[in-house]
Amino acid sequence: MTPPYPTPPTTRKLVVESCTKAFDDKVVLDGLDLQVDEHEVVCLVGASGSGKSTLLKAINLLVPIDSGRIVLDGETITDPGVNPNEVRAKMGIVFQSFNLFPHMTVIDNITLAPRKVRGVSKREAVERGEELLARFGLADKRNEYPERLSGGQQQRVAIIRALAIQPELLLLDEVTSALDPVLVGEVLALIRELKETGMTMLVATHEMGFARETADRVAFLHAGRVWEEAPPSQLFTAPQRPETREFLRRITEAGRL
Amino acid sequence: MTWPSAPSAFKHRRDPETGSRRRAREEGARGALIAFISTVVFFGAALWAILTSEAWPQVQRQFFNPQAFVESWPAVLSGFWLDVRMFLGAEVLILVFALLVAMARSLRGPAFFPIRTLAVVFIDFVRGIPLILLILILGFGVPALDLAGMPRSPMFWGIAALVISYSAYTAEVYRAGIDSVPESQRMSARSLGLTQMQTLRYVLIPQAVRNVIPALLNGFVSLQKDVSLIFVLGVREGVREAQIFTARTFNYTSYIVAAILFLIVSIPVARFTDWYTERDRRRRQAISA
Repeated sequence: MTPPYPTPPTTRKLVVESCTKAFDDKVVLDGLDLQVDEHEVVCLVGASGSGKSTLLKAINLLVPIDSGRIVLDGETITDPGVNPNEVRAKMGIVFQSFNLFPHMTVIDNITLAPRKVRGVSKREAVERGEELLARFGLADKRNEYPERLSGGQQQRVAIIRALAIQPELLLLDEVTSALDPVLVGEVLALIRELKETGMTMLVATHEMGFARETADRVAFLHAGRVWEEAPPSQLFTAPQRPETREFLRRITEAGRL
Repeated sequence: MTWPSAPSAFKHRRDPETGSRRRAREEGARGALIAFISTVVFFGAALWAILTSEAWPQVQRQFFNPQAFVESWPAVLSGFWLDVRMFLGAEVLILVFALLVAMARSLRGPAFFPIRTLAVVFIDFVRGIPLILLILILGFGVPALDLAGMPRSPMFWGIAALVISYSAYTAEVYRAGIDSVPESQRMSARSLGLTQMQTLRYVLIPQAVRNVIPALLNGFVSLQKDVSLIFVLGVREGVREAQIFTARTFNYTSYIVAAILFLIVSIPVARFTDWYTERDRRRRQAISA
């Protein structure tokens, strides 16, 4: 697939500035800073509870942050006057547990947001949805209900549903963690394909092999901050900080690297 | 050796199965026979005890009088027909109104605080008042105010009281259904940019309603009988007609006529509710398995 952007201009797509978030007295984000450039794929790695998921939900405004700010395309989306629905329509987020709407067919799942949020006509939304399904090899599942699909198929439909609102940024929250190992591959392949089209992505993942080969940059989260970030070749082979080394050692021991 | 053994192996495989099936059928047949005999004996004995008791002739004259039955039937039936119509009208209004109340109560965020509070106050208030009291207050009270532009028919206000009261309960049924939809459904709908109202309408309510259909049907059965409470306003529905007959003849058979009519409608609805609930439970088990 040829990238639609021949010479990608480098612009800041997303800036997270000293964000903090605590649930009761448990601090999850503690002055976190992060930038994502346009067409860049950044993988978030770190132990469970290191704040990866909270960060993604905060960016999607599903979780309000306590302090700091988040800037998308130069607009501070954490300002009180901002309409969260408009912000959310600019990005797609996909969760570990798929969360497809069980009472709707695949095509209805995909076309709901374009029609109701973007105001696209039903015919156009269906056409575009069918295109996406065909592109990712799911055309024959158009009229199925989610419960009749495998986990891998459900997750691919969930990603397509997020793509259908034509997001400028895609947030993926451990999208393969709930899948059988044999089904992980098809979802990762889809994400790789998206990278080739130039999609900007922020990906929380436990799949170190995937992060290593697909990410432009890997950010290791620890204690509510980006503890260390570097291109994968560097972070995985020559980590600078002891906590990163410890994390990678445990991952290696678990056989996941 | 191979040739004769093949059919025998075949037989060997089939036999125990057929045998057990036959045994099961025999046991089933014997079970049905026992059930039939015990039922006949039990109810026969009960009936015999009643019919031979000293008080029976008097009971029969007062409650099961064939002549009174025939005489009261037309009036009670036409009154009951009014009950059915009032029930159907009220039910539709309740289903719609209760859903609106439940939606108001399910809205989140500080901006919706007044709407949420209004819904909670309405529900608490209405559920705290006996239905019969609400019917008396609205049915006699409002027409007595003689307000311009307001309907004066006690029946209108009686039905209004039923709708208000049942909506409060039904709103709570809907709300339980909305709460039973996993939080992740709300979150993923919002993440796509849908507003709260769109999330409720397209994602949460369709799933919620499916979850609470048995509870809603249960409310149907209840309302179908409670609608007759409007008789206190003098509306000539089934119970009122039966009462009029009794007041004239000092015979209570007309009440039995009314009871039979209510049963004819409510028993099928109750059976249907059970059947639907069971089917729904099986379907869910099949999905989760």
